[in-house]
Amino acid sequence: MEKTQTELPAFTLKDLGAVERRFPTGRHALLCFVKEDCPTCGLTMPLIDAACRAFGAKLDMWAIGQDAEGNAKLVESNRLSIPMLDDSALSVSFAYGIEIVPTIVLASPDGAELRRFEGFDRADWQNLIAEVARISGLAAPKIEWDSYPAQRPGCGSKSVEPGVAERLEAAARGERLTARRIEIGAQDEFEFMFERGLTDGLPVVPPTPERVAWMLTGTRRDPREIVAVLPPNLAPASVEKLAVNAVMAGCRPEYFPVVLAAIEAVATPEFNIHGVMATTWGATPVIIVNGPIRRRLGMNMGMMALGYGNRANATIGRAVKLALRNIGGARPGDIERSTFGAIGKFTTCFAEWEERSPWEPLHVERGFRKDESVVTVLGLEAGSRQIADQHSRTAHALCTSLALGLEACWHPKQHFSGEVLLVVSPEHADTIARDKWSKARVRERIQQATARPVRELLPDQECGEGIPLKAFGLENPTPEQLEHRVPKFRKPEDINIIVAGGEAGKFSAIFAGWVSGPIGSISVSRRIEEVP
Amino acid sequence: MQIVDPTDERVPIRRALAKRSGAPAGSIALLDISKPRGDVLMNRLEERLQARFPGVEVRRYRKPTFAKPAPEDLRRRIAEENGFVIEALAD
Repeated sequence: MEKTQTELPAFTLKDLGAVERRFPTGRHALLCFVKEDCPTCGLTMPLIDAACRAFGAKLDMWAIGQDAEGNAKLVESNRLSIPMLDDSALSVSFAYGIEIVPTIVLASPDGAELRRFEGFDRADWQNLIAEVARISGLAAPKIEWDSYPAQRPGCGSKSVEPGVAERLEAAARGERLTARRIEIGAQDEFEFMFERGLTDGLPVVPPTPERVAWMLTGTRRDPREIVAVLPPNLAPASVEKLAVNAVMAGCRPEYFPVVLAAIEAVATPEFNIHGVMATTWGATPVIIVNGPIRRRLGMNMGMMALGYGNRANATIGRAVKLALRNIGGARPGDIERSTFGAIGKFTTCFAEWEERSPWEPLHVERGFRKDESVVTVLGLEAGSRQIADQHSRTAHALCTSLALGLEACWHPKQHFSGEVLLVVSPEHADTIARDKWSKARVRERIQQATARPVRELLPDQECGEGIPLKAFGLENPTPEQLEHRVPKFRKPEDINIIVAGGEAGKFSAIFAGWVSGPIGSISVSRRIEEVP
Repeated sequence: MQIVDPTDERVPIRRALAKRSGAPAGSIALLDISKPRGDVLMNRLEERLQARFPGVEVRRYRKPTFAKPAPEDLRRRIAEENGFVIEALAD
């Protein structure tokens, strides 16, 4: 493949005599990327060396070897006169986008690419020799072209070997990080992170520049881009700072777009993350992932979906919380003032088992396409509770059970409640699906089954909690007004419904709400960036 | 080992506390964060303040919701109209 007039990256490499060679050189240059264990490189080395002997007086001609030990072997076995530069760190091979060796690059005196080809192609070499002869004004070497095959494919460059390419990409990005570096010295890095108050109480992965750079390979967004302003300190959260916290949480780079979308969602005014974190109630952002990315990340949506043991589930939620702590400044006992807290404050993130649901998935209900990946955050109690019903065999009877369980949210006498999350298990979903009930019908039944007369909801001597008369707009209520039935939820749509959980178990789970709606928190969905 | 700083790197602005006069004067803001029965506490506080400092005016304010920080314009109004503020809740 030929390319023309591309500006090539400058570099400095040492030859086998430890002499530094700098590119560009001010003269035409021929750069030959090779590795010792590549037969096609072996085939090509005599040609490269012959070209060097013929044109070396006018052009800078270098072999660039990818393996320190192999470089010396190549020189010795081929008795090379061409300088062999050591690129065993592979940084130049990476910068030049070398995928195949040998790759031959002809450069102009100011470092522009004039010609490039990979592998061995006799015609390419004949054209190259002719061009270099023309450039140099020197005679072309005598080559017995018939002794060479017409073509031979090259080998994979070491710079694109699995694991190496990622490391090189990370190193290249690491040089561009702008956040402050902290030198830990001889101190234990894990203890250092604890002592600096940077953890949630569990050990974190030390965010070395290399790891942060690796995390940044998970997104195409500029590391300097401000994703959100995080309360309580109203601190700007850049992609880079969020990557640091994602590293600490244990995320892989492919999880990072979910973290970014979740941060965007929690930082919206309607979600009110300040309130969710600060409340004496034990609330947290409950993070639900929908769409194709669930499967790509291997997220758990089945058995133990709300529990532990899955890296993506555990670390995405943890990354969001660490970012709120370390960037936003929300720390327990400081601005986070929950009376009890809850274990879900470490992390609460899971996926919906869309394929096992008889209904549209959550993100489609919210206006997204089914093939879009979406994160939804809800400001809810930081832990689920379970409702058992192993006996109901109709949708009506089962939804009554679910309603009775939901009525306990916050307090049974507190009606006009806002958003909650009902996680229906596969077995329960099957029972409801057999009767072909829609989500709307499930919600309608929950509202019916939880409706209580006003008189039962008033605070009294038996139970001081409840809804005062004035909240109903009543002063001297009539007997009929006291019998007026009030559903649990302000509106049916406040009952968010998804399907998740193991195949076995006639239980469903609920996440109770916090202060919901415009005076509290409103759930928010955000599309997740697709990174091929 | 070197790590990348995970925190907000800004240095907070340090502000000196307002000068303490030793006794309240002018007006005192009572900010009710709008939790249930917050008014009971605030009414009692107002009674006590007026009994103890008869020359001081007590002004009442209320957040629209306890679940969010006080809106910017409310904070500004309180600062402009008062020399002192007591923010209180009740559960």
